[in-house]
Amino acid sequence: MLKINNLHAGVEDTEILKGINLEVNAGEVHAIMGPNGSGKSTLASVIAGKEEFDVTEGNILFEAEDIAELAPEERAHKGIFLSFQYPVEIPGVSVTNFIKTAINEGRKAQGLDDMPANEMLKKIKEKAALFEMDRKFLSRSLNEGFSGGEKKRNEIFQMAMLEPKLAILDETDSGLDIDALRIVANGVNKLKSDNNAVLVITHYQRLLDYIIPDFVHVILDGKIVKTGTKELAYELEERGYDWIKEEAKTV
Amino acid sequence: MSLKDKLVSSFFAFEDYIDADSHIHEIRNKAIKTFEETGFPTKKEEAWKYTSLNSVLKEDYCVFPKKENSVEFKEVKKYFLHEIDTYKIVFIDGVYNSFLSETTHDKVDVCLMSSALSKPKYKAVIENYFNKVAKSDSLSSLNTAFAKEGAYIFIPKHREVEKPIEIINFATGNEAALLLQPRNLIVAEENAHVQIIERHQSLTDNAVFTNVVSEIFAGKNSSIDFYKVQNDNHGASLIDNTFISQKDGSNVSVHTFSFGGKLIRNNLNFYQKGEHINSTLKGITIIEDKQHVDHNTLVNHIEPNCESHQDYKGIFAEKSTGVFNGRIIVEKEAQKTDAFQQNNNILIDDKATINSKPQLEIFADDVKCSHGCTIGQLDEEALFYLRSRGIAKKEARALLMYAFASNVLDSVKIPEVKARITKLIAKKIGVNLGFNL
Repeated sequence: MLKINNLHAGVEDTEILKGINLEVNAGEVHAIMGPNGSGKSTLASVIAGKEEFDVTEGNILFEAEDIAELAPEERAHKGIFLSFQYPVEIPGVSVTNFIKTAINEGRKAQGLDDMPANEMLKKIKEKAALFEMDRKFLSRSLNEGFSGGEKKRNEIFQMAMLEPKLAILDETDSGLDIDALRIVANGVNKLKSDNNAVLVITHYQRLLDYIIPDFVHVILDGKIVKTGTKELAYELEERGYDWIKEEAKTV
Repeated sequence: MSLKDKLVSSFFAFEDYIDADSHIHEIRNKAIKTFEETGFPTKKEEAWKYTSLNSVLKEDYCVFPKKENSVEFKEVKKYFLHEIDTYKIVFIDGVYNSFLSETTHDKVDVCLMSSALSKPKYKAVIENYFNKVAKSDSLSSLNTAFAKEGAYIFIPKHREVEKPIEIINFATGNEAALLLQPRNLIVAEENAHVQIIERHQSLTDNAVFTNVVSEIFAGKNSSIDFYKVQNDNHGASLIDNTFISQKDGSNVSVHTFSFGGKLIRNNLNFYQKGEHINSTLKGITIIEDKQHVDHNTLVNHIEPNCESHQDYKGIFAEKSTGVFNGRIIVEKEAQKTDAFQQNNNILIDDKATINSKPQLEIFADDVKCSHGCTIGQLDEEALFYLRSRGIAKKEARALLMYAFASNVLDSVKIPEVKARITKLIAKKIGVNLGFNL
């Protein structure tokens, strides 16, 4: 589904990603771990198409198509979703109206008519129940005055509504208490199927107790230096990143 | 002949023609003298530093249109708040049009300034209120000198006008260039309540220059909500001079929505003459091309324990220019004043300009005054967020612009006005967002 080859990217003169190789197939869950400043969030943003970053080398293939030149909205229409670490507040636009707009914009791009209102309503109710969100929440302005946990829950709600092929969760666990974490993780697990894939970006192994990864990649200084299974996450939790740094040096 | 000379020389003919008592004649004679001495304001004056009237004054305006013009209702229906029942005071090229209007004398007076100025039964009100709060600056004086027509609204004690009142001034374009000077007087006595919508609408691209004065008096515990819809054609310029005098416990709000026109200057003045008064001044400006909108506000806190809230948002595209000059005076006696002022602006293009100037003059020592001013661009991170959800760039920008301006709409009390303004904003930004904002 997603194939990244020798990806170099950065801002202006600073290279942040220095040759990333990654392959994610349908039905898989991949975790990307690494210390602060290693390039995890940059990788997520570059896949989603943030224009601030320039891709200087390599390519990003999504379903065998090079998407490096596509606009963020075009990538979204192809089925890429990024759950933001810091979701943006949009006053005056309710959660419901926002998600309606997002869904219908996607349908428009595919040449479809707007989703009928009753169908939309049914879907909103169904997905909101999945994340234990109440009605009042849906009529509030998008992310305005939301707690950290509410913001993240709202991100995953949007993901459920948009049903992406590839969901990238950028530090979705930060700011979540243990109950919210469980609700979000359960939701992600329910949405998982053989046809979609999840890329979880995280500092801690905590979230991976709930969303079990098939592969764990460690990113250091813009490169993936080690790939393993979920046991690698436990090892990182216990031993930190220094041993990997040492290992990477000797290689 | 300059417009000033033309106006001054035509004054005496006008005086002969008008039907009014000596009290009004005296006011008018004094006003024309003031105008003759001061002339039109120039950029040399501090209050006009960023707004030049040169492009407006160069036209050869017809000052007194000769014939009565008419328009078909179906041509202008869209300018009315036709979804709901309203009183309507409609003028066409400065002349009252009874066919499009719906006035009343049932318990309240919603009628014409020309009647009020000439009929004995209004004499007491006119003597008490006419030209009592308007300043004697040159443009207000010019209006006073030629004041003869406009809206006259009088709400006696404990009365509530059961439906909103629309004041609409149409310009037909039958004259190549037309000068209009409506004069409105609104009096709400103790515990009276009224909602008013004002609009100046040119029906062609011909030049129209409107210099309007509205005097508003809010009695004890009264409430007045005033909505100004400024979405005129490119040939139309407007100088709106509004003066509001408030008594104890009154609530007055003025919302100004400036989306169209060549040049707009809003001189909005609040005088708080009592305690526990609340004044609200809000505005949304969205302009492009070479349009110019200038908000010049004054809130004069004279007595203790009063509040004022100002919130103006501006979005400026292409070569448009905006001005915000918000002056707050807190006088020595006005302790416990709570004055708030906010002016936020987004410049969409490199050539757009905004000049924003808060001006606080505080002479009392126990007050709460805050002001904030921002000038910026659309937030790139927010734009990326929306686009990552599949919302195209243009729509995402529009959504952010709407979000930026939206809180000004929260205090609009007539749902149909809110819906109308929302639609105008969507149209102005050039998108259909697929839901009612």
